[in-house]
Amino acid sequence: MDLALLWFGIVGFLFIGYFVLDGFDFGVGMSMPFLAKDDTDKRLLINTIGPVWDLNETWLIVAGASLFAAFPYWYATLFDGFYLALLLILLALIARGVSFEYRRLGKSPRWKAWFDGMIVVGSAVPALLWGVAFANIVQGVAIDETGTYTGSLFDLLNVYAILGGLTTLLLFFTHGVQFVALKTEGEMRERAHALAKRSGLLTIVVAAAFLVWTAVQHLDVAHLPLIVALAGGAAVALIGSWLANAGGHERWAFGLMATTIALAVGTILAAMYPNVMPSTTDPAFSLTIENASSSAYTLQIMTWLAVFSMPLVLAYQGWTYWVFRKRLTRDLIPADAH
Amino acid sequence: MLEWLDPLLLARWQFGLTTLYHFLFVPLTIGMVVLVAILQTAWVRTGKLKYLHLTRLFGKIFLINFAMGVVTGIVQEFQFGMNWSDYSRFVGDVFGAPLAMEGLLAFFLEATMIGLWIFGWDKLPAKLHLATIWMLAISTTLSAYFILAANAFMQNPVGFAINEERGRAELTDIVAVLTNPVALAQFPHTIFAATMFAAVVMVAVAAFHLSRGQHIDEMRTALRFGLITNIVCFAGVALTGDQLSLIMVETQPMKMAAAEALYTTTAGASFSIFTWGTPDGSSELFSIRIPYVLSFLSTQDFMGTVEGINDLQAQYQSEFGPGDYTPIIWVTYWSFRWMIGLGALAALISVVGLWLTRGGRTPQQNWVWKVAIWSAPLPLVASLVGWIFTEMGRQPWIVFGLMKTEDGVSPGVTGFEVLLSLVAFTLIYGALAVVEFKLIVKAAVEGPKDWDKYDADEDGGTVDPRSLATVY
Repeated sequence: MDLALLWFGIVGFLFIGYFVLDGFDFGVGMSMPFLAKDDTDKRLLINTIGPVWDLNETWLIVAGASLFAAFPYWYATLFDGFYLALLLILLALIARGVSFEYRRLGKSPRWKAWFDGMIVVGSAVPALLWGVAFANIVQGVAIDETGTYTGSLFDLLNVYAILGGLTTLLLFFTHGVQFVALKTEGEMRERAHALAKRSGLLTIVVAAAFLVWTAVQHLDVAHLPLIVALAGGAAVALIGSWLANAGGHERWAFGLMATTIALAVGTILAAMYPNVMPSTTDPAFSLTIENASSSAYTLQIMTWLAVFSMPLVLAYQGWTYWVFRKRLTRDLIPADAH
Repeated sequence: MLEWLDPLLLARWQFGLTTLYHFLFVPLTIGMVVLVAILQTAWVRTGKLKYLHLTRLFGKIFLINFAMGVVTGIVQEFQFGMNWSDYSRFVGDVFGAPLAMEGLLAFFLEATMIGLWIFGWDKLPAKLHLATIWMLAISTTLSAYFILAANAFMQNPVGFAINEERGRAELTDIVAVLTNPVALAQFPHTIFAATMFAAVVMVAVAAFHLSRGQHIDEMRTALRFGLITNIVCFAGVALTGDQLSLIMVETQPMKMAAAEALYTTTAGASFSIFTWGTPDGSSELFSIRIPYVLSFLSTQDFMGTVEGINDLQAQYQSEFGPGDYTPIIWVTYWSFRWMIGLGALAALISVVGLWLTRGGRTPQQNWVWKVAIWSAPLPLVASLVGWIFTEMGRQPWIVFGLMKTEDGVSPGVTGFEVLLSLVAFTLIYGALAVVEFKLIVKAAVEGPKDWDKYDADEDGGTVDPRSLATVY
């Protein structure tokens, strides 16, 4: 078994987990201005993700640490090269995280409005920039022979990458709205249904364009059928999700959207393969699964670690979602937070 | 290019600032979770309401703090790649493993348990809910262990071999990395120090309420609990600190020499508590010295020989080539003393506090309470200067003996970019520190609420008890 390839899969799985899970947190945050009519509504929305957002964000930390451990060169080139984009993501995540915690601790409308704004921006910025970053990775960037990115932030903001960013933004938005439909009762649930119907159409158009473009960029690679199959699967799941939402099948809508996100990330990973950071300067400078990975011994240790811990992690995280499975309603929100 | 726009200098400042800032929250998180878990255990076992009140109050302070610890922690992980990518390339094969272990074994568990603990008060059976905070305490502690093991590799690299062809350090023995003697000593030292801070925060909150004559029963319990914990933990800090300095002499003798500003190799060396003169120790006007103590600290022998800076510098030059291998002496000299002095002062205050409150006595003088409140930052500042000592004492190395700090910085990042992020983090961290401090003070001043009456709201009506599960 090729351990480096296995770890390409594991790191991919962790990023998929992160995007599927924190993706709906971003969506709930971004949809607050569209779904909430008053403060109780806003608190209802925040409480739908209350017990889990921190856990979901942890997937990023674990994905990042696994990337560092399994592919130090990929981690180094990516984080050094996409410096300003990652800085913005970090600042946004900080703003979002502390806003969830702090908005309830003050009473004045100004205090709350300030943190509401930070939740919306702090959710939208990462939702957009993760797509931009991954689109750039799959498309390739200017990397020199030392593995150092030689372009600027503006080179990262090309049309394809921005389309990638809009794709993740819209996918996460609709994903979050569908999560609200799944987790609430009454008027909020209806509002979420209606909003997901509208945002879902736009999502389908933008995501389809991005997936087709991704496939077209890789027409000459040997495993094109795999890329097309994953992209096609993502498209089918996305349309299925929209139909399920329109038909009021909330679990199906949410589950299919999660599948869409997973397959879309899978498409990107397949399109990258066997590179992890293709160089547009000279293909010889590309970072590949082989030349960017850690030594066989490190990967072996890490594999034992993953085999031991991942089933446990999935079990207790699943249990958390089960504990908090009940729908929330407005009357469960106390008049004033403690 | 402007000299101050040097990416190396700025990246070092950013790392120092963001790490120290992160560590403002870490000790209270690590220490408080254990204290809260003990209080909640007391509540579940005895059913006495005062323990529930204290669990809720200090749990709230813990949570305000926890959010900051999490979000500032992500910055730490990203920073290695963003600002120190050549370092990451060189050591990633070794250094990444403990970080991944932290994530998979500790961090996931921690994040899951905190959600269950906050939102599970009424959803989980009491004993299962109690188990969640203990799991939280265990995972937080475990998380600290892996991070300290990673840091220990930078102080005392073990369990690796250099791969010349790839130009990197590769892991050869994970057990050696995880049982690095520096990590084994640093871990209890850090945990005890963290618990000291949580304990004095508890003392300060209790002192505030006792000075106003409110919540007497709960707060006397909290006060005594905090005082005793602080004293016990200081003993732990001192003992493990002693171990740590013995290991430091073995692994990083330059750091110990720099801690004392000892320039010449000396047998039976004295330890200076205070030095007046040029801070680099080159000319001394006045000092208070305890004879033989430095030798004892370094070798457990009063007549033992302690290597001096000049001799070590010469030794390193012949080993690693020309260059300056001394840290900034005044930084190490003073940070070492402030660490010990402030920690000891905090413990001394607690001993006096314990004596003043013996046998149910309550001091009437207001200054007693004021001292208890205002001395709360002492262990925190001691921890921070302790980290300054540990990290600055390692310089000029980023990994001792293997890679210099100047060689670890990201090649592709401009000074402007680092400056931008340094300014951004400083501003957002500064603003958040103010908010966080105010919120903790507010929660502390509000004191315990009558949680047993939570089902009656202000108008005398009742609220669905499940509503406690929606805390935001």
